[in-house]
Amino acid sequence: MIEKAFYGSKKYWIWILFLLALIGVCFHFYLIQFTEGLKITGMSRNVSWGLYIAQFTYMVGVAASAVMLVIPYYLHHYKTFSRIVILGEFMAIAAVTVCILFIFVDLGQPMRVMNVILYPQLHSVMFWDMTVLSGYLILNLLIGWTTLEAERKDVPPPSWVKPLIYLSVVWAISIHTVTAFLYAGLPGRPFWLSAIMAARFLASAFCAGPAILLLLAFIVKKLTSYDPGEEPVDVLSKIITYAMSANIFFLLLEVFTAFYSNIPDDINSFKYLFAGLQGHKELVPFMWTSAILGLFSLALLIPPQTRKNKTSLVIALVALVVSTWIDKGLGLVVAGFIPNPFDKVTSYTPTFPEVMIAIGVYTVGIFILTVLWKVAISVKQKAIS
Amino acid sequence: MDIDKRQFLKIMGISGALWLGSRLAGGLSSIFGIGDKLDKKALADAGLEISKTLPSVNALKAKQWAMAIDLRKFKTQEDYQRCIKVCDKIHNIPDIPTKQEIKWIWEEPYDAAFPEQHNEYIENQLKDKPVLILCNQCEFPPCVRVCPTGATFKRKDGIVMMDYHRCIGCRYCMAACPYGSRSFNFQDPRPFIKKIDPDYPTRTKGVVEKCDFCAERLDQGQMPACVEVSNGAIIFGDLKDPNSDIRKVLSENFSIRRKPELGTQPNVFYII
Repeated sequence: MIEKAFYGSKKYWIWILFLLALIGVCFHFYLIQFTEGLKITGMSRNVSWGLYIAQFTYMVGVAASAVMLVIPYYLHHYKTFSRIVILGEFMAIAAVTVCILFIFVDLGQPMRVMNVILYPQLHSVMFWDMTVLSGYLILNLLIGWTTLEAERKDVPPPSWVKPLIYLSVVWAISIHTVTAFLYAGLPGRPFWLSAIMAARFLASAFCAGPAILLLLAFIVKKLTSYDPGEEPVDVLSKIITYAMSANIFFLLLEVFTAFYSNIPDDINSFKYLFAGLQGHKELVPFMWTSAILGLFSLALLIPPQTRKNKTSLVIALVALVVSTWIDKGLGLVVAGFIPNPFDKVTSYTPTFPEVMIAIGVYTVGIFILTVLWKVAISVKQKAIS
Repeated sequence: MDIDKRQFLKIMGISGALWLGSRLAGGLSSIFGIGDKLDKKALADAGLEISKTLPSVNALKAKQWAMAIDLRKFKTQEDYQRCIKVCDKIHNIPDIPTKQEIKWIWEEPYDAAFPEQHNEYIENQLKDKPVLILCNQCEFPPCVRVCPTGATFKRKDGIVMMDYHRCIGCRYCMAACPYGSRSFNFQDPRPFIKKIDPDYPTRTKGVVEKCDFCAERLDQGQMPACVEVSNGAIIFGDLKDPNSDIRKVLSENFSIRRKPELGTQPNVFYII
């Protein structure tokens, strides 16, 4: 089936070559980091995780969001999703790969990465995160590939896939829960020490992931005339609306607890993000952009007229993706380190090489997504004709 | 010796099976903990000096090492600097003048060391008083809990140690430490070491490090270096021994610890 990825239009090949070239350029920056060490990043003793781990966190959500397609399609037999569910599963594969790569580029000693398996520490959440992420990758590969293959051969999928699909539903929830536990179980970081962290992660995942999927599906529709249909778009945008509402609601719960209790430890990180702390205001414009775009997206998503209108839906989805990305892919991780255990603020700005490496990792993800979607769409289109 | 193809394959097959068997046996014995005993016995049988890998007979032993820093006895900058400098020197700590610095023991103002004690009207003497900061060697260390490889671990005497050869540099321990005690080698530290002390390993880029209560000195029967040069301002001993010096000073003086509410049970006490 993979051969479908080797036959494509000129445009397809130019795109593939462009991605490969970009990966090559970014890999050059990774080689610099590999030799010089993480000193080429903006991270420091006080802000010891930055862009990489933040992107990892965001993309775990995108990966988990495939479950928003799997549940209606497989659990509720909502057959109108038949043309989009494979796109979700394959996007999850690309997203998990991006997650694993972001962890890898963040390591100070990447050549020792197998130590996590050689000396497994069952008390470390990171061990479990590795386990659930690789499990999720394998599950989606198996399920996506097998069901697509069955479709190509015009036979029903083998019966052993069904239990794996049910398992993948629980597993999707687990990857983002365990990722939230990475943060929520640390004693000295009040901003992360919150029982609602996993719920917040899931809510933001279930709006941002499907939003990215829809935007990508719109692009694909333009390029290949592969149309997932009107109804799935309508249903997914409703799911996105509910999830985004929950996401903002959960954030406001955090804000209430911090500010009404008036406990400085709980307030400080929010202050740093939205007003600045000790004269440091680096993230303030970003966070307000995030807040305004988030509310703006809801304003467009909640009324049915604007949600069903293609143009305003696209605007809403873009606003939502940018908003959640700033919140989770920028603010959440950095603010956890601010202020530091001595109540001091150390600012963090990613460096140019750091940004290039992050772009490189994303490009690998887009490459995988392109190849997988090419296969999926070729098979699906053939089945239709 | 002539061997034909058949014999050759036979030999290869048998040796391959033997190798696999020994690997499996090795793997199993290490799982069940037999390996260590066998290795030590084998070493002794071969007449090898296993003493080189064991602590000296003079090694200081304890159930839980702990430290009390008597802030009253730190009067001049010199009092602080003596402790800091000796540590930097004997542990090959690089002097990196950026936000990516390495610190094992350093000074923080009183209100930064104890932010939860915030008090605008605190007595003048304490207001901007510097406090020595180092790893608290927690009884329940969050860094050990989160480490995905066991590169940071707790010894039987309570010291939280680092294995620089196993650390993958994920820096989860730095996020977990509520005391900001850990430093990461963002770069090769060696060019930043003024004079390398060959008695202590230098570190490589990409690993985390921190104070280890001078475990290497305790194992040789010596007190931690900062304790030794503190002129009695730092008291060190076994917290589980009711007759130890440290228990005596703690029972006679008012002491506080950093962030005890987090349940880590820090083993560095401050007498104020």
